[in-house]
Amino acid sequence: MEVSKPVTAQSLPKKKFELFDFFYKYGTILTILVLIGVFTAANPSFVQGHNLMNILRSISIVTIIAIGITISLSVKGFDLSVGSVASLSNAIAISMFVWFSQNTATAIFSALAAALMVGIINSVMIVKVKIPDMLLTLATMFIIQGIALTYTKGATISQNMVMPDGTFATGKISAAFEKIGQVPWIIVIMAAAVVLVHVLLNYTKHGRYMYVIGGNEEAARLSGIPVDKYKVAAYLLSAFFASIGGIVLASRVMTAEINAGTPYLMDAVAAAFIGFSVFGSGKPNAFGTLVGAILIGILQNGLVMMSVPYYSMDIVKGAVLAFALALTYYKQKK
Amino acid sequence: MALLEMKDISIEFPGVKALNHVSFASETGRVHALIGANGAGKSTLMKVLSGAYSHYTGEIHLDGRKAVITSPRDALEEGIQIVHQEVDTALIPYLTVGENILLHDLVNEMGRKQLVGWKPLHKKATRILEEMNISVSSKMLVSELTLAQKQMVLIARAVSAQCRFLILDEPTAPLSHSETNELFRIVRNLKAQHVGIIFISHRLPEIFEICDDITVMRNGELVIKENISETSIHRVIEQMLGKSLDEQFPFLNGKVGEIVLEVKGLSDAEKIKDLNLTVRAGEIIGIAGLVGAGKTELCKTLFGCTKITAGDVFLNGRKLKLKNPHQAVRQGMALVPEERRKEGILVEESVAANLTAANLGQFTKVFSFLDRRAEKQKAVEIIQTLGIKTPSEKTKVQNLSGGNQQKIAIGKWLIADADVYIFDEPTKGVDVGAKKDIFELISALAKRGKAIVYASSEFPEILGITNRLYVLYDGRAVKELETSAATEEELLFYSTGGR
Ligand SMILES: Nc1ncnc2c1ncn2[C@@H]1O[C@H](COP(=O)(O)OP(=O)(O)OP(=O)(O)O)[C@@H](O)[C@H]1O
Ligand SMILES: [Mg+2]
Repeated sequence: MEVSKPVTAQSLPKKKFELFDFFYKYGTILTILVLIGVFTAANPSFVQGHNLMNILRSISIVTIIAIGITISLSVKGFDLSVGSVASLSNAIAISMFVWFSQNTATAIFSALAAALMVGIINSVMIVKVKIPDMLLTLATMFIIQGIALTYTKGATISQNMVMPDGTFATGKISAAFEKIGQVPWIIVIMAAAVVLVHVLLNYTKHGRYMYVIGGNEEAARLSGIPVDKYKVAAYLLSAFFASIGGIVLASRVMTAEINAGTPYLMDAVAAAFIGFSVFGSGKPNAFGTLVGAILIGILQNGLVMMSVPYYSMDIVKGAVLAFALALTYYKQKK
Repeated sequence: MALLEMKDISIEFPGVKALNHVSFASETGRVHALIGANGAGKSTLMKVLSGAYSHYTGEIHLDGRKAVITSPRDALEEGIQIVHQEVDTALIPYLTVGENILLHDLVNEMGRKQLVGWKPLHKKATRILEEMNISVSSKMLVSELTLAQKQMVLIARAVSAQCRFLILDEPTAPLSHSETNELFRIVRNLKAQHVGIIFISHRLPEIFEICDDITVMRNGELVIKENISETSIHRVIEQMLGKSLDEQFPFLNGKVGEIVLEVKGLSDAEKIKDLNLTVRAGEIIGIAGLVGAGKTELCKTLFGCTKITAGDVFLNGRKLKLKNPHQAVRQGMALVPEERRKEGILVEESVAANLTAANLGQFTKVFSFLDRRAEKQKAVEIIQTLGIKTPSEKTKVQNLSGGNQQKIAIGKWLIADADVYIFDEPTKGVDVGAKKDIFELISALAKRGKAIVYASSEFPEILGITNRLYVLYDGRAVKELETSAATEEELLFYSTGGR
């Protein structure tokens, strides 16, 4: 058929949309650069090596949890329970050492196992019972939070803590476990999570299937993709990364405070959503999520250095985030 | 009488010059056909007219006065209404029919009123529906409607407002014969009320039935404008394709083999009742039936989408127990679904990702890593065989014309090598040239020994492409016929419940 000759690129319209395309693709990165500029101007030590390391360390837990959210977003799911899964994993890992004097492997595996149980419950309820993901994970978020609280009896678990019977806990956290939350391992774990999931989503069949499901579930089903299996896998991975986040957190603070993982939820969600626009990908992606987390981390760190009082920090943080999003999503009407 | 003139209109999208100095003119009180191959620019021209784009060059004149149309609102104020090709995108599924019809009023005419008066709203909507003789309740949710009904609701919405020009972009594609006649009645009515109608369709016979003028587009340019009484189908096809089209249906060799698919006493929970059919290797069987006869339900049940409540399906002599389409695909089945936008394509993904979605396993290396080079190669190959008009294989499918999207829905199954191919209205919205390509593809599949089920309400197509056919009426296969011995009248007779 003659008419179907593909039109060649010779007639590309230039210039007109470029500025907006540029902002859409690089808005987030631009904001990061501007922030670095501003913070450095205010306090030159901001760009010193050890502070940059500091920032990387501080964002690693958020990033790891956000990577899990990214996976659930890729199948158009949403997992709100990651924060409490992190809390639970944190509590289990520390308690294994402190209460039960177990070794590192047992502590880590118990934490992961508990998280995977949550992942299974989430995915069965979403995929089989067909409860909308947001609602279901909102419910499990509370349940898990409650379980973690009940498990710790509402107390902070730490070495040498006073047990209910009045004695001191004798278990010690192993030196190996302590390393996880320290530089460089904490950063290595984060980088590994980002790279692994980036490769999974972009370079493998499975990743493509997940995006296809996220793009049009019905079309995916009719293409013969085992939609349910991939959704289950997505929620399991989401819980898995939340658990890793919780374990790293445990090692970093060496205690299990109540709901320690909860504050990470919102930052992680924000990082994943900011990540959509990075380099114009338009969909959830691991690398973008990292950039999102970096943006948040820099903000947090810079604001502290500029000694913005903690109580007004959220205002600035939220405003800059909104600005970064506006820069990326504002597109001229075509 | 009002005169509409579009002068020297050009528009570009990244990689495509969609319209190239097009000058189009139309009058009120006449029905004006706009035709052209898939991707010729028909929808784009009409979108310009209805204010969907602001970055075009050229001028629009109404009654010799320059009209500035750069937003849908501008167009509405000039009395230009459009019913889009993809009806789903223009309706709000969880609102009622009445609200959808009067959406414009709800949005713009409320003034200071804060409360919606439900009674008057439904009364007004019901009156509009009655005037147009559409048998849909104003209180139904749009999500419960069939495609044809949604179409009707959109037309009702368009004419309920002030309307000098009504653009219908492929309105008849999802409609049955009687629904099409219904629509034509409405169109003639509107014409008598001095509305100018611009009518896009790939069904040439109906254009010659209803239209007064015809404009043909090709490759973003206007080729001819003529009076319909002074032209012929043949000339129009030649103008739109740039060459004449000979025999539309390919020759079938009729060599058939063993039974591949056998259905015995099949019922589903809703529509299909006690249905029997067989398909042999190399055979194309037709499922003829009006819209609503159960063709889509049958296709989906065979493909494992809905549960079988009674009866059995055998594939190559083995009993099939399909729980989901994934298993159907693994057993060697393929389905090209009817509602492509909802079920067949991924609008946000590239052409290549769409084409390989059904069989990505072919394009992987160790550890399921994607082999992008192989993927690209195959995609380019399919783009060429099907004549898909796209700037590149990386283009997002939402930027392609409707007919080209349909080709992609078909193309992805050409990559997956199945034994049984089920086509549900595959030529919907496809131009005559591409239709021929699709028929040739299907017959080539049959020649390779594939078993093919071809469901359609286009009886001439069924008669042209199949070896054998079943007429479906109300979920039952009421008649089996050898295609060579069947006539269109017979099909119509049985498909309307005749015995
Ligand atoms: N928003 C867009 N972005 C990029 N390309 C576009 C866009 N809209 C249309 N095109 C391109 O412009 C050309 C004309 O498309 P159009 O939808 O007008 O075709 P059509 O004549 O209506 O075809 P069909 O009969 O298949 O509906 C196509 O090549 C299409 O890919
Ligand atoms: Mg079109």
